[in-house]
Amino acid sequence: MANQTPPNNQPTEEKTGTVEIFMEELGRKPERRQSWLGRFWTSIQIPFLAILSGLLLGSVIIILTSANVYSGFRDGFLPGIKAIGNAIVGAYTPLFAGAFGSPSRIIEALRTGERIGRAFKPFTQSLVETTPYLLSGLAMALGFRAGVFNVGGEGQIYIGAVVATYVGLSFTGLPQAIHMPFAMLAGLLGGALWGFIPGWLKAKTGSHEVINTIMMNYIALRLIEYLLTGPMTRTGSGGMPISNTVEPSARIPMMFDPPITLHWGFVLSIVVAILVWFMLFKTTWGFNLQIAGANKYAAKYAGLNINLWTVMGMTLSGALAGLCGSTQVLGVTYSMGLGVSAGYGFDSIALALLANNNPLGCILSALLFGLLRTGSRTMMSNTGIPLDIVSIIQAFILMFIAAPAIIRTVYRLKGPKESDKQLVNVSNWGGN
Amino acid sequence: MTPVLELKGITKQFPGVLANDHIDLVLNKGEILALLGENGAGKSTLMNILYGLYHPDQGKILINGEEKTIKGPMDAIHEGIGMVHQHFMLIPVFSVTENVMLGEESVKIAGILDKETAADRIRTIGEQFGLSVDPNAIVGDLPVGVQQRVEIIKLLYRNANILIFDEPTAVLTPQEADDLFKIMRSLVEQGKSIIFITHKLREVLEYADRIMVIQRGRVVGETIPAEADQEKLAEMMVGRAVDLIPDKLEVETGDIVLEVKNLVVADSTNKVTVHGINFALRAGEILGVAGVQGNGQTELGEAVTGMREPESGTIQHMGVDYQKIQPRQFVENHSAHIPEDRRRDGLILSFTVEDNLMLCTYYKPPFSNNGIINRDAVHENAVSLIEAFDIRPPEKLNLVQNLSGGNQQKVIVARELSRKNKLIVASQPTRGLDVGSIEYIHNQLLKARNEGCGILLISSELDEIFELSDRILVMYKGTITFETDTHETTKSEVGLYMAGAGAQHAVPEANPSMNDEVKTYG
Amino acid sequence: MARQMKDLSVRRSDTRKLILGLISIGLGLLVILVFNRPFSSSTVSTFLMTPGGYTEGVMDDILVPARMSLWISGGIMILAGLYHLFVGFGKKETTFLILFSILFVFSFLVYVSADKRINIASLFSSALSMAVPITLGAFSGILCERSGVVNIAIEGMMLMGAMVGSIVGSVTGSIWLGLIAAMLSSALLALVHAWLSIKYKINQIISGTVINIFSTGMTSFISSMFLQNIQSLNKTPRFPNVSIPLLSKIPFFGPVLFSNSLFVYGMILLLVVLQFALFRTRWGLRLRSVGEHPKAADTLGINVYRTRYMAVILGGLVAGFGGAYFSLGSVGRFDEGMTAGKGFIGLAAMIFGGWIPFKAMLAGILFGFADALASSVSILRSPIPGQFINMLPYIVTIVVLAGVVGSGSGPAAAGTPYDKE
Repeated sequence: MANQTPPNNQPTEEKTGTVEIFMEELGRKPERRQSWLGRFWTSIQIPFLAILSGLLLGSVIIILTSANVYSGFRDGFLPGIKAIGNAIVGAYTPLFAGAFGSPSRIIEALRTGERIGRAFKPFTQSLVETTPYLLSGLAMALGFRAGVFNVGGEGQIYIGAVVATYVGLSFTGLPQAIHMPFAMLAGLLGGALWGFIPGWLKAKTGSHEVINTIMMNYIALRLIEYLLTGPMTRTGSGGMPISNTVEPSARIPMMFDPPITLHWGFVLSIVVAILVWFMLFKTTWGFNLQIAGANKYAAKYAGLNINLWTVMGMTLSGALAGLCGSTQVLGVTYSMGLGVSAGYGFDSIALALLANNNPLGCILSALLFGLLRTGSRTMMSNTGIPLDIVSIIQAFILMFIAAPAIIRTVYRLKGPKESDKQLVNVSNWGGN
Repeated sequence: MTPVLELKGITKQFPGVLANDHIDLVLNKGEILALLGENGAGKSTLMNILYGLYHPDQGKILINGEEKTIKGPMDAIHEGIGMVHQHFMLIPVFSVTENVMLGEESVKIAGILDKETAADRIRTIGEQFGLSVDPNAIVGDLPVGVQQRVEIIKLLYRNANILIFDEPTAVLTPQEADDLFKIMRSLVEQGKSIIFITHKLREVLEYADRIMVIQRGRVVGETIPAEADQEKLAEMMVGRAVDLIPDKLEVETGDIVLEVKNLVVADSTNKVTVHGINFALRAGEILGVAGVQGNGQTELGEAVTGMREPESGTIQHMGVDYQKIQPRQFVENHSAHIPEDRRRDGLILSFTVEDNLMLCTYYKPPFSNNGIINRDAVHENAVSLIEAFDIRPPEKLNLVQNLSGGNQQKVIVARELSRKNKLIVASQPTRGLDVGSIEYIHNQLLKARNEGCGILLISSELDEIFELSDRILVMYKGTITFETDTHETTKSEVGLYMAGAGAQHAVPEANPSMNDEVKTYG
Repeated sequence: MARQMKDLSVRRSDTRKLILGLISIGLGLLVILVFNRPFSSSTVSTFLMTPGGYTEGVMDDILVPARMSLWISGGIMILAGLYHLFVGFGKKETTFLILFSILFVFSFLVYVSADKRINIASLFSSALSMAVPITLGAFSGILCERSGVVNIAIEGMMLMGAMVGSIVGSVTGSIWLGLIAAMLSSALLALVHAWLSIKYKINQIISGTVINIFSTGMTSFISSMFLQNIQSLNKTPRFPNVSIPLLSKIPFFGPVLFSNSLFVYGMILLLVVLQFALFRTRWGLRLRSVGEHPKAADTLGINVYRTRYMAVILGGLVAGFGGAYFSLGSVGRFDEGMTAGKGFIGLAAMIFGGWIPFKAMLAGILFGFADALASSVSILRSPIPGQFINMLPYIVTIVVLAGVVGSGSGPAAAGTPYDKE
């Protein structure tokens, strides 16, 4: 087969010698056992410190762009420091209040039993935001595990959303038990198709999925623009790119009474995370995907059709992103607009890597991202700091996760270098 | 006379291991010094220190009696030290001139390259030392032997006086190796001094002026060829008596387990490397395929195991004809494959030992039932194979990338031989391993043969072929040029065929087409 | 032996011939049956050959009889397809593909401009200027990848360059300071990319993604915090068009080639410098050696890390130059996400051009043409919705990549961090 093996057939010969003797030494020595607390800390210290550092750097940017800080320093050093403190407190207080709710209100509500909905609204809103993050994060994690870098989450979410919308509004009179799952499934398939195309291109022609998925994002965006201003446009919207609302029978039911808007899609996303975890780590299918993702030569050796599993990886990843799109439309927005995905497809790259591409870990990091986003909405309305600060913080987190050595250097952590294993196995242009 | 090079008390500590322990070494002008030791003994570390790639923790380097510090390759080059690396440090897409001049370019004004001047110097050097090569050729198109010449020219271009050769014959035929040693001899006659690193006893005895043996980071002996023999050297090298030739039982051969008819295979660049070959392998015999690296053996091994689709011909496997066999079919029909590039094909380095130990049959009971992986069975399998095959460290959840080369190969051998096999295809099963692992793997293969398994052994180590095989095939430029029973031939006869003898009668058109073919390379 | 080899290559190219032949015939039929349908024999497409507002280098309009030319070009296309199917163009296949594409584009233009006027000179002229960011992106990629560092952060670097260029240009009122600031800001991002991928050896595609996410976030952040409120921060002067005396008077070619923004001339100058420096100088030889076989370069005393840092930072400067085109060269302000994937398309141009600056520029012009075609067709109110036309550059990118990868190969060590052991 062409381009299956690199042009030089010289075997990659390993350095024996020092390493070998070293390892044999290692084998003899009994390993030093840590307490479970120590081990727990070891396993979470990098993600934890990465998040912390990301938030710190985010506040540096908030400080640098705050006019008050500059005017404070004009008055003198101490007022300047004070202004810095105010800027951070002013920014992060609404961030936390927006994400978790105000503690006093929650206590009040629990004490009196009144206004419970209002008190818990912010936190449940964070869970509403967690849902799309979790689903798109699962899409990325699954892709990375299968050795494909799906940067096309955004496009797949859009396609999933628009297909779900179409099914949601063009069938009437169906019972909810049929209509809603049908619309969800349709969205999932739409996303799967959008993932399948770059996967197929990679398998067939070797062209790299990173460029192709990004191109697919733009194509999806144009397609949606066309649909929302043309065939699917809302009657009387006057050319605004927005669709009609979906039938009530297609909507995902709410879990609680208003004002809490948490829908059952949240629970679904957790179930999906568990299913993906089970699939990846407990089934032969998952093992197939992971072999194909880790080493395509060994995958062939182990009897797999590597092209099939590459396509499968991209398709499943697209399907999860498509499901993310349909839950957003059917559970939150009820109609399709250009803002249906607020960058979930890109943010989820950092999310998945933060979770070490573990589906269960994704639940935690999606929660974090959901809290951040909901909180930053409040922060924006209270302080005028744009939402995009979240992307910046996420970029920092991703950087620290990908380069743990920075964290180790900054915080003087002692850690074995080997534990910095490669996060992902993303191929280069040549397809090797 | 002061020696051109003297190393005194060189010590290098790596985390957890003393790679060089107070090594003293003297090299006189105009001599060939052989540095003998098995893989991992510390000879490469020593030479890398000399070349400035590592820095010694202790010790002195004296060149022509003066103490020098060598901080990097530039310093080494400046001191007249040059190294021919085992894996050539050549850039395949560059021309000979570009490769040779790199780092020491002749330029016109403003850094514009002056290739003509450099090419002229290359020609002059070639004439002086008998190293003819076309300066304008693209290196990737050149045969391995010529590429090595380019490496030597690179050193001479930089006026190197001390030349280090790291396992220089690993990729050469015995005849090419002879040529290389002639060149080395002519170099020392013109005043150069040479250190060559090897683990091949024959070469040391035949070509070195002096021999130094290194074991586990220490110098364990020094001798001259006249006073040594293979057994003595082997013992010094390993530190214990080595049974060089394992015992072989007489075994009745059985049915044909693998037969190849008119097999044509192309490599990844679509160049045909196997030109319609035929052979049959019976149960209970080891068929050795000898040949210099790059004569089609790699593709042959891949084709019969399903890793590569043949262009034409048939593979008869367990009595069934296939145009193309699938790797999974191959395994399911009681066959095993020890692949040549073990780290690429045979293992998933980022997976645990236990996952690698189930790699080819993970989808079947006991490892999987109805698509669900049974972890208990996986653990059990790992524990028993780690024990039986002495994989160290004995941790089933260790990642394979943390194992040494020898233990990685043991993981593959353990996995492949643990099944009930009727056929084993083993490609370069012991390349780069230490003597202990080699012995172990050889014994395992012989054991499988004695139990009635047919083994196709592809190896470019002539010694290995002779130790294990019942019959020998020689592959040269994609054809079988020689076929014989092991006890009816000698190493030098097989060596001759590996170098191309007999090719003329077998396939007259093989030679002329060679040049066209290699052009498509790269 | 030789015969077997020949058989092999023949068999391999047979499927390709079949597919290409059938596609050609299909497109020919499309031209004749679909494009040609609505026209009467008197329908004329008018090709304007002078860009609007030009008084030098004027060329007369060309009137193309729509029906006849569609019959002719469609016919040629079908015949060529049949020829390829049964006989085959063999080694001239590339030429065939190029000529065929030109014919198809011509037919398409005739079809959309029937009974209307389309400005061909403007089309070419804007193709050239739209090729600027793509080509510069490709050059930036070539510099990085030839040294062994894969850079998908070009998009982010351009975006940052566009914003910083616009702000500095607006504040200082100097286009030159704006340009310099744009290049420096993007070089700073390049430094981070180099630092992450050379020092920390993290996966270079991840490192590029970090920078892309950061840039997108940062530019949107600053834009919504400051630029949208304070107009004076985002109103930069633009680089004017400069006509080259005499040459700009040549009909058609004058206005298209020799009356352009400095960015176009800069791109061509950079092409010449880069092409020469990479393949004819010591600097280029060392840079390429590091991208092909860093260990070999290291053993000859070439500092691999320093070379890679230098190449990536230079790549950043070039990307910043390309980014400045969006704000300082084109619209005179910064809009969020205004690079619209041009950095990624630049990478595709780099791959299509086989990592060679000259070929990469040709590829860049091809992609730029797709862009220009999309915008000039959407003005015409053609029967095809504008959004579909706007997909063109992205679809062309995917198609080109699918066709080209595997045939050429990039620098051997691109994407692999160098470990000094």
